[in-house]
Amino acid sequence: MMEPILRVKDIHKAFDGSGVLKGVSLDIHEGEVVVIIGPSGCGKSTLLRCINGLERVDQGEIWLRDQLISGLKDMHLVRQKIGMVFQSYDLFPHMKVMDNLLLGPMKALRKPREAVEAEAMEMLRRVGLAEKAQALPRTLSGGQKQRVALVRAMLMHPELLLLDEITAALDPEMVSEVLNVVIDLAEQGMTMAIVTHEMRFAEAVADRVLFMEQGVIAEEGAPASFFREPKTERARQFLQSFTYASTRKKAQETQAADVGLA
Amino acid sequence: MQDLGISILFKGVNFQRLLLGLWVTLRIALITIGISTALGLLFGLLMMSRSRAARGFCRVWLEIVRFMPQLVLLYLVYFGFARLFGWNLEGETSAILVFSFWGTAEMGDLFRGALTSIPRHQRESAAALGLTKAQINRYILLPQTARRLLPQAINLSTRIIKTTALVKMINVTEVLKVGQQIIGQFYREPSVAFWVYATVFLMYFLICWPISLLAGRLETRWSAG
Amino acid sequence: MDWGFIGSHVMDFVAGAWVTLRFGLYGVGCSLVLGLLCCLARYFRVPVLRSVAHGYIELARNTPLLVQLFFLYAGLPRVGVRLSAEACAVIGLTFLGGAYMSEAFRSGLESVEKSQREAGECLGLTRAQNIRYVLLPQALATAAPALFANVIFLIKETSMFSVLAMMDLMNVADTLRTSGGRTVEVLFMLVVAYLALLLPVSLAATFTERRLRYAGFGNQHSV
Repeated sequence: MMEPILRVKDIHKAFDGSGVLKGVSLDIHEGEVVVIIGPSGCGKSTLLRCINGLERVDQGEIWLRDQLISGLKDMHLVRQKIGMVFQSYDLFPHMKVMDNLLLGPMKALRKPREAVEAEAMEMLRRVGLAEKAQALPRTLSGGQKQRVALVRAMLMHPELLLLDEITAALDPEMVSEVLNVVIDLAEQGMTMAIVTHEMRFAEAVADRVLFMEQGVIAEEGAPASFFREPKTERARQFLQSFTYASTRKKAQETQAADVGLA
Repeated sequence: MQDLGISILFKGVNFQRLLLGLWVTLRIALITIGISTALGLLFGLLMMSRSRAARGFCRVWLEIVRFMPQLVLLYLVYFGFARLFGWNLEGETSAILVFSFWGTAEMGDLFRGALTSIPRHQRESAAALGLTKAQINRYILLPQTARRLLPQAINLSTRIIKTTALVKMINVTEVLKVGQQIIGQFYREPSVAFWVYATVFLMYFLICWPISLLAGRLETRWSAG
Repeated sequence: MDWGFIGSHVMDFVAGAWVTLRFGLYGVGCSLVLGLLCCLARYFRVPVLRSVAHGYIELARNTPLLVQLFFLYAGLPRVGVRLSAEACAVIGLTFLGGAYMSEAFRSGLESVEKSQREAGECLGLTRAQNIRYVLLPQALATAAPALFANVIFLIKETSMFSVLAMMDLMNVADTLRTSGGRTVEVLFMLVVAYLALLLPVSLAATFTERRLRYAGFGNQHSV
């Protein structure tokens, strides 16, 4: 097998003395889409934030190809190769959509405006937002903002893209317009690590699923087997918690079989 | 040489003289703060009155205070009133008059700002609970207004204390003036001037700093809640 | 009112206003630079510098400019540090103003969501680029009213330059008052002169604030 793009080796991270990551190891290969799920507070967002240096690891190492990137001083050079999109979009509110897109390539990568502008326009068109190039972010819907945020990250041509619950703040009807863009990216071979609560999306996009719990990876596997028959009890309970709404009767019956509804 | 200068500061009654001068400054500041607080609350209410004339009156008052350096206002009252109306006001009286004129407007504006910054839904949700107007004022609006106003009012007080240094310019014998008298008396020892001004600087700092700290503390505590 | 007296001394006041304005603006300019540096040192928690900045701000905000000026102009020369009146004026005003500007910048920066800073970092911007393109433009929009208030405050504070024997507005007025005895006319001119200086600043402030409010970025959460 090829060398992995990203190699996380036994990292630990604590906030105010309480451990959030307690020894996480993970390899991501080129073109692979890894989806990380787990209950809130399990450390999945912190894992992503550690990977691109928004949080410093207390212990352990993170390698991007042959470069040790944990604890690095010049993090901005690494971040040019690792894109990240957040739940809160974080478009720059004082810049038009196009200026949001151009900022990274022009300032961080020092590319000429004309080259990037054409590419940005093309990508906007592909996500259906070509006519919004000159709009201010506040005039966009949440789903539109998040699509712009994805384009903004992609224009840096990252080797790895980190998506941190990018649909968590969206109204339900806007979720799919954003996730379809992500599935497109996956098909184009983009390497991604995705934290999400959308289980069906996870199943559709993932090459591999990691289930995190209390700061460690409790289970991992291919999506088909993971979602159908998780090996651990905790993973099973977690998956169960997403199904109660649509299967109320069944859930009541199985309650006897010791499956919590909460 | 230089320790000679500082020793003169503590020679005889020199330091007591400075402290007495400081007291003159503080007395003016305290009276001003008292008057400004009392009148400022009225001024704030007047700013929100329905009468356009009242609001316009406040507006003009506030603009005068915002535009004119306090020193100019002091000159107007101390020198101008004597000429215009034949009132020969004492320096201290003029100072209290001018600083209160200024403090009242600033305090009033702070009060108005604090009152209007309370979100309308606070009043509405209180009304939805069936509280009377008086109860809403007593339990909902007043406590929140006070919390917003107090840190800013305390900050205004330190500004008033600092501004009192100006009264030296209209011949009030306060701490700076006393300092200069001491400097003049010991002119043979030039470094006295350095030590006197450094001491006055420090005196103001030691008075204003704790008050500012208190305001900052209250602000963080209350804005978190 | 003796208009003849006023007419013959208009040019004195114009000259005084020029001194006030010029050194006021020098002070404002230096204050903005110093304030921004102090604010950034504190915002990015630069070791040592942030403590120095904090200490300086507390010192400057809690002492009167008049005392600062006397210390610079009449105190320091006695221990061998000689500064011209003009230097004292600019240093004094900057010492005071830097602290106030820093606080204004800081409240602006703190109003920018922390995730904005992270979004900029994730694009691979350097810290300086992040400040320049992402953080400062947003911070300035919020800080504008406070910054303008400080400009007006500092120009008013220049009235104390008269103790430095500079021929600013205040000193021109004082000289005319003591020599000519036309107190009312002199005070009238003084008021008019300060109005003429500060009214444009105030109008510019209102204009800018209104434009910023209309151009609102949609991230103003508190009103």
